[in-house]
Amino acid sequence: MSKTIIPLVIFIGLVILLAVGLSRDPRVVPSPLIGKSVPAFELPQLHDPQKTFGTDDLKGQVSLLNVWGSWCVSCRVEHPLLLQVAQQNLIPIYGLNYKDTREDAINWLDQLGDPYSAVAFDAAGEVGIDLGVYGAPETYIIDRNGMIAYKHIGPISGRDWREKFLPVIQQLKNVKS
Amino acid sequence: MIPELGHFALILALCLAIVQGTLPLAGTALRNTSWMQIAVPAARWQFGCLALAFACLTYAFIDKDFSVLYVAQNSNSLLPVYYRISAVWGAHEGSLLLWVLILGGWTFAITHFSRSLPLAFTSRVLAVLGLVSVGFLLFMLLTSNPFERHFPAVERGDLNPLLQDFGLIVHPPMLYMGYVGLAVPFAFAIAALLEGRIDAAWTRWTRPWTIVAWVFLTLGIALGSWWAYYELGWGGWWFWDPVENASFMPWLLGTALLHSLAVTEQRSTFKAWTILLAIFGFSLSLLGTFLVRSGVLVSVHAFATDPTRGVFILGFLSIVIGGALLLYAWRAGGVSSTGRFELVSREMLLLLNNVLLVVVCAAILLGTLYPLLMDALGAGKISVGPPYFNRVFIPLMVPLALILGFGPLVHWKKDSLPSLVRRMHKTALIGIVLGVAFVLLAVGPASLGVTLAVILACWVMAGTLQTLKSRLSPQDLGGSLRRLSRGFVGMLLAHFGVGIFIIGVTLVSAFEKTEDVRMAPGDHYMLGDYRFEFRELNTVNGPNYEAKQATFEIVRNERRIATLYPEKRFYRSSNQPMTEAGINPGLFRDLYVSLGEPLDTDGSDAWAVHLTYKPFVRWIWLGPLLMGLGGLLAASDRRYFRRQPVPGTRPVTVRAKPAEGRS
Repeated sequence: MSKTIIPLVIFIGLVILLAVGLSRDPRVVPSPLIGKSVPAFELPQLHDPQKTFGTDDLKGQVSLLNVWGSWCVSCRVEHPLLLQVAQQNLIPIYGLNYKDTREDAINWLDQLGDPYSAVAFDAAGEVGIDLGVYGAPETYIIDRNGMIAYKHIGPISGRDWREKFLPVIQQLKNVKS
Repeated sequence: MIPELGHFALILALCLAIVQGTLPLAGTALRNTSWMQIAVPAARWQFGCLALAFACLTYAFIDKDFSVLYVAQNSNSLLPVYYRISAVWGAHEGSLLLWVLILGGWTFAITHFSRSLPLAFTSRVLAVLGLVSVGFLLFMLLTSNPFERHFPAVERGDLNPLLQDFGLIVHPPMLYMGYVGLAVPFAFAIAALLEGRIDAAWTRWTRPWTIVAWVFLTLGIALGSWWAYYELGWGGWWFWDPVENASFMPWLLGTALLHSLAVTEQRSTFKAWTILLAIFGFSLSLLGTFLVRSGVLVSVHAFATDPTRGVFILGFLSIVIGGALLLYAWRAGGVSSTGRFELVSREMLLLLNNVLLVVVCAAILLGTLYPLLMDALGAGKISVGPPYFNRVFIPLMVPLALILGFGPLVHWKKDSLPSLVRRMHKTALIGIVLGVAFVLLAVGPASLGVTLAVILACWVMAGTLQTLKSRLSPQDLGGSLRRLSRGFVGMLLAHFGVGIFIIGVTLVSAFEKTEDVRMAPGDHYMLGDYRFEFRELNTVNGPNYEAKQATFEIVRNERRIATLYPEKRFYRSSNQPMTEAGINPGLFRDLYVSLGEPLDTDGSDAWAVHLTYKPFVRWIWLGPLLMGLGGLLAASDRRYFRRQPVPGTRPVTVRAKPAEGRS
């Protein structure tokens, strides 16, 4: 009995783990940064290293900041949606190309289409650390003052867009600055 | 009416499953023969009801009965009839129905093939399977009824375009056959624990079922990989996605179980371990179902997720696996192993094989659940990607392949290292020479790692051939060939398949060439020796989509090799784009063209085009195909079908009743 009970004990541990996991939505991550301003950064742009993109460019309008990489499978999943959003001209989408190489990233955009108004190139992932990026894709809604209003982890589905993003964006747009 | 009939058949199936799960068990406890005998008819009628329910749902799809919510959400009047049929298992509710139907099918097969087994044993096995079925039927009727009506009847969706494909017609049923098939060794294991005894007869019953389930799992996973390769549009064939892992983990444990059963049958040892593997194999099938259906993990495949369903599956999982492990903790101590073996022996190598497979499986389980663990501990959200899995998988597979090369040639019980070296050194040399020659001929000079991997594969294949040779006598070649058992030949085929697979994975990973280029009709591009010519771009219409179809000609050394027609489809009802790759398959290389995005900013017909040269990619699926064939051959071995009285397993019914009257 003593030895043969080990598998049961391990299994009970696993069940507890799964039960805790079940009570959480993997896509909702409490970000300590919500309601705070985007950590200051200044990065070279993907297509033109001479130009930079930084915190100041995020101010003055409601915008999306999308963390992505050409290595990221889920990014491909949400990509068509981003292209659609870009076509609607509702809100500018800025990209943060995360832990990628310039060549791969540009190829990726050439092949799949480029929804971004500008892409900051974060090869080392330093800005990612400041932002608390867990993985790609992640998408932030940034308000006119450069504050993070919402953070979404994982690919954005059509439903996420309708039910989570649009209400926040509409609300932010209605606020007079 | 028809959907209601299906719903009713499901409820009836549940009632029958309850009977099948309880009465026979009570019968074995109370030695009530008639209660035990109820298991077989209950199982058969249950299968009949499930088949009826499945037929009703299929009919609703063919009949375009959009008042059934599931039909309305997952099909469309424009969808061709064969996809309307495969749409039955295209989403959550229907795939569950398929799951239960297949469980019913396996159970039915047991009632048919196990007539020679003792009644008490068959009753226990059927009862366990009945209880599993109760859980799934309850789950379906309470949380995911496929027959739910919804008015007004309007088309609400479409079959996910990714699933509108031949691969997806066959992949899920195959995989489910494997998943659910592992329930059979599980039920055998539980019955053995209840009985408190494992003998050679038990293994002889369990082995063929395990092999067949494993074959389905092998082929199902290979099909899934092949489907991802040609349908997802960028030529990847394995992503270490949680859902893929969910199917791969039971496969690894199933493989371990097959080998452990071999030892238990031949040497009467590893008994408790075999039981534990049988329990774990099915547990991982259930865990896979939980991971896919509950939404605890983010996955590309998770097309149907719902936390309330997760709670139910977790509860069910706890009862089934927890109950099984409790029983194991209580009874397995009494299952004694008798065989002894030395450090250098085939038993030891099979033990190593088992340990490696289980460790790999545990590492993959850890990687799959790690994000969940970190989250539960409040340590933040992370994701574990392919680098982790490759880093743990490859180093553990290398020793496994090394063992595979000579394991079948090692003597049972006791062998000696010097004699092994004497027997194997030539094979090792042959493996090295063949490996180097293969690399040089196939792809030219390669890195040390690639060469070593191919050498390893050649070692596996050379060792397998030597195993064959060891059984043949030069004087009587034909006779000794005929005397080989199917189990033995099956093993050789499967092991050879492993070698083929290793070569495929190694060469395609190291030598594939990929370019993303901007091309317009009339352009051409050289990829290695191959000249890809973009001839024209047309618009073609399918039944439920519009597509841009490109025509590519591939020329090598002034000779036209192939014409490919990659497409970019736009499905009307779901407004989703899909990439259909154009592939020129070959035994030694695939040429792969897929269309990215139109780049028609300047009014031209230019597209981003993905061109790929994939050497030996077919071998990745050829290997599993050989494994599957080997498995089928092994399962049909004559020794599993021999009717022989097994000592000590006489049915309880034989109580010499008629004799009483006469004496």
